[in-house]
Amino acid sequence: MVLSLGIICLASSAILAGVYALTKEPIEAAAAAKTNNAIRQVLPEFDGEPQAATIEADGTTYDYYVVNRDGAVAGYAITASASGFGGPVTLMVGVTPEGIVYRTSVLAQSETPGLGAKCSEPEFAAHFENLDPAKTKLAVKKDGGDIDAITASTITSRAYIQAVNNALAIFRSITEGTTPDVATGASTAGDTQASADVQSEEK
Amino acid sequence: MGKMKLITKGLVKENPTFVLLLGMCPTLATTTSAINGMGMGLATMFVLVLSNMAISATAPYIPDKVRIPSYIVIIAAFVTVLQFIMQAYTPAMYETLGLFIPLIVVNCIVLGRAEAFANKNSVIDSACDGLGIGLGFTMSLTILGLVREILGSGSVFGFKFISGDGILAFVLAPGAFLALAYLIVIFRKITRMN
Amino acid sequence: MEYLIILVSAIFVNNILLAQFLGCCPFLGVSNKLSTAVGMSGAVCFVITLATLVTYLLQYYVLVPLHIEFMQTISFILVIAALVQMVEIILKKISPSLYQALGIFLPLITTNCAVLGIALIVVTKEFTFGGEPHMLNLAETVVYAFASSLGFGLAMILFAGLREQIALNKVPKPFRGIPIALVTASILAMAFMGFSGLV
Repeated sequence: MVLSLGIICLASSAILAGVYALTKEPIEAAAAAKTNNAIRQVLPEFDGEPQAATIEADGTTYDYYVVNRDGAVAGYAITASASGFGGPVTLMVGVTPEGIVYRTSVLAQSETPGLGAKCSEPEFAAHFENLDPAKTKLAVKKDGGDIDAITASTITSRAYIQAVNNALAIFRSITEGTTPDVATGASTAGDTQASADVQSEEK
Repeated sequence: MGKMKLITKGLVKENPTFVLLLGMCPTLATTTSAINGMGMGLATMFVLVLSNMAISATAPYIPDKVRIPSYIVIIAAFVTVLQFIMQAYTPAMYETLGLFIPLIVVNCIVLGRAEAFANKNSVIDSACDGLGIGLGFTMSLTILGLVREILGSGSVFGFKFISGDGILAFVLAPGAFLALAYLIVIFRKITRMN
Repeated sequence: MEYLIILVSAIFVNNILLAQFLGCCPFLGVSNKLSTAVGMSGAVCFVITLATLVTYLLQYYVLVPLHIEFMQTISFILVIAALVQMVEIILKKISPSLYQALGIFLPLITTNCAVLGIALIVVTKEFTFGGEPHMLNLAETVVYAFASSLGFGLAMILFAGLREQIALNKVPKPFRGIPIALVTASILAMAFMGFSGLV
């Protein structure tokens, strides 16, 4: 009795281990393809493959990707999240070296379907296309900002904006911090422009 | 019973959703749109067919006392295989259906067919039975998803035919219960007429 | 404070039955009478809290260190099945009266998706509960599991009370049984939606 149950468990585990080994690569490839697609969506055209990197701030490690074009840094794709209504709202935020939010894309969210879940539709993401944080106040209109909230979903909209703000904060610590490969990237090309924009952002 | 009859009985006579009222959790939770309902139905069908075949083949060797745990282990193994396959080849659908893919393990339809049909019939017949019930489940979930999508977001399989929003409640929880209630009533009316 | 948020969120805002659709089979199946609904809720409460605690430990102290997370579904359901059996045996020995009340519901609980559902949610989903998104720690997990099962009980008992009243009324023939129960559940779910935004 116990023996036959044991045999079934063993056989099932063996089959699972086999299928796991077989599908491991495709699963990783699918996850990588998803990240790559998101990066391509949020940044202008670039050469080669995005380089993954991490930065540590306040004890937390953040993931981001650097892309190059013609040998210079063309942008940063930064993953950032904030608490929404049904859970975390996680975004991929594309930031150009000048500190402009190029585009955003939702990586994961569990907001209410038909309400907060609209944050992953293009209408809301359009607010964050070519957005200059120095010129636009990143907050919903209710809080005195410049962004129209999604109808009846202020909490989700706030979370989305918070995530973009978090990404910009990470961007600042990347460019102003001492992470070596990023610093060299910024100094080799568009050096003056980049520093000028950083200054205008500080004002 | 003929093979064809085994396959078609799940559509109307023994429809798992509208007649047997089994597997209510995924039925209510994943049918926010027609395509999601169909995905859930097909995922369940995959597990149903394979577990029915495996259980039918191994049933003579399993002692009666450990029958249920053995079936659960077999079903759970196929569900995990399904999880891997979906993660690898349909990651977007896997994310949408989320929790309800591993929960196929505890879907009463799968264990119910193992206990009521697969353990006393041949492998081929069990496969047909799984296919039939699975098709019935897929059909019901697609219909329910379609109704909720049309009323709730004004679209059919993702193609919007109205501008603006639909009746939002149908995408949310209350609409799931209400739409299923009325579909069961309509199904009862139609089948009684025949 | 955080535990209070978890309680309110799991019982009212994200009610396991009416917002997440976990455990619909017993919800529709054994809610004809108030007394059976109370018994079922008690048994579910007990098993969910215990099972989630055990599967949480299993995940972080066995599956993750051994890198066999792919055995998650299969090992969780086995643990839950074994646990339910054990609870049944122990209850029979030490408290026959409690066994009388809950015993007949216990075998049904193994295939109650609320149990496996909660066990899987706490190890796969990030929660916010008013702060930064994070995975739950052990104490939060137990509170969350207990609160969810309380939410299950609340919805179940309210629903059974409503169904007892409906049974006294004349219902159109095609609506008898499950359809009218589903309509009731729909109205109950709508009422619970009023809690959204509370936390």
